[in-house]
Amino acid sequence: MKIELTRQKVHNEFAKKVELISGQNLFACYQCGNCTAGCPVAFAMEVGPHEVIRYTLLGLEEEALGVNTFWLCASCLQCTSRCPKGIDIARVMDALRMVILRKKDRKDHIQISEFQEGFLERVPQIAFISGFRKFLS
Amino acid sequence: MGSIMDYLYFPGCTLYTKAKNLDQTARNCSLLLGFELKELPNWTCCGATFPLATDNIMALLPPSRILARARQEGTTLTTLCAICFNVIKRTNRLIQNDGEKREKINNFIEMNYQGDLRVLHYLEILKQEIGFPQIKERVRKPLAGLKAAAYYGCMLLRPFDEMGFDDKERPTLFEEFLEAMGAEPVDFPYKIECCGSFQSVGSPEVATECGYKILGSAIKNGAEVVVSTCPMCTFNIDHKQSDIKQKYLDFKSIPVLYFTQLLGMAMGLDYQTLGFEQNFVDPLPLLKEKGFI
Repeated sequence: MKIELTRQKVHNEFAKKVELISGQNLFACYQCGNCTAGCPVAFAMEVGPHEVIRYTLLGLEEEALGVNTFWLCASCLQCTSRCPKGIDIARVMDALRMVILRKKDRKDHIQISEFQEGFLERVPQIAFISGFRKFLS
Repeated sequence: MGSIMDYLYFPGCTLYTKAKNLDQTARNCSLLLGFELKELPNWTCCGATFPLATDNIMALLPPSRILARARQEGTTLTTLCAICFNVIKRTNRLIQNDGEKREKINNFIEMNYQGDLRVLHYLEILKQEIGFPQIKERVRKPLAGLKAAAYYGCMLLRPFDEMGFDDKERPTLFEEFLEAMGAEPVDFPYKIECCGSFQSVGSPEVATECGYKILGSAIKNGAEVVVSTCPMCTFNIDHKQSDIKQKYLDFKSIPVLYFTQLLGMAMGLDYQTLGFEQNFVDPLPLLKEKGFI
């Protein structure tokens, strides 16, 4: 992917917003990749958590919000537990979800009406409740 | 054995439906060990996630209400589900340490709770309050020769500074429990890996993959059974074995049991009261082969 950096992009409000929601200092990240290395779902991610943090720091809002990384995060906190800089990365992933889910158009990430037949009966409610909290606006 | 003490008990949603076998066996085991799980009156859902967005006070209200009500009933609250435990324990700590949020929460729920409740997982009660050596003495049918993989998952252990359950990378509490039952704990590298959790709703195929890796790792290290504490994990590593089999044709299924089912079996409870019919992969053939039932 070709990425164009401009002064405007780097100094935009996006990273500040993510920092505010997550309560984390993103600028502490030195891109060691420990989070991505330990992530149990990194295999399915378009880019690793550390890369999304880099996009965010560079103000590349569209790129950061356009990948599937934070949607796949299961909040297992392995990244948080292993970050040598003490960043609670799971909170950063949640904040990215929130940036999208809190937009005015309220676009949900999953559509309940599209669940296959039998899905509601099969899956325990604990999965629905936590899933809905993560994926619905 | 006289009553040690009774513990307030928060079952949580899934223990009343898909994980009745966890709930029921825990209650029965408690009685054998001399304490009672006193179910909280009028409990509600805990929310099933601890809110990670710092400004999401709303999601803290259900667990706060549970805690505040529990405090009116007693001093120690226990749960079985690892997610409930995580949500309630983290909320309790937040109420203890964050005065501003505590005030906001209390204003909203119109109660006055200061965070002065002990929140313990059932396994912690077994270890700290009863003691594994004492439990070992109560074992009537040791699970000799059963190679059991203790699967911790995430929520019991992380974040370490808030949960304080056991070492965050190399926990051993669960294995110690299995040893007390007379089983042979199997160490495997995926014991603290995530099962995919709520991704079974968001991206089911990703959760299938997580389950496959965990079970594959346990099997490779010689496990005959995987032991779980959490209905969420159990769905992903037990019930989703049908999905795993569809994707990986050579996958051989492995029974997944709740730790309380093993405890009940070892303490001599009739296997027909242990709720095995709710386990997706039938454990009875293995248990018969081992001579436990």
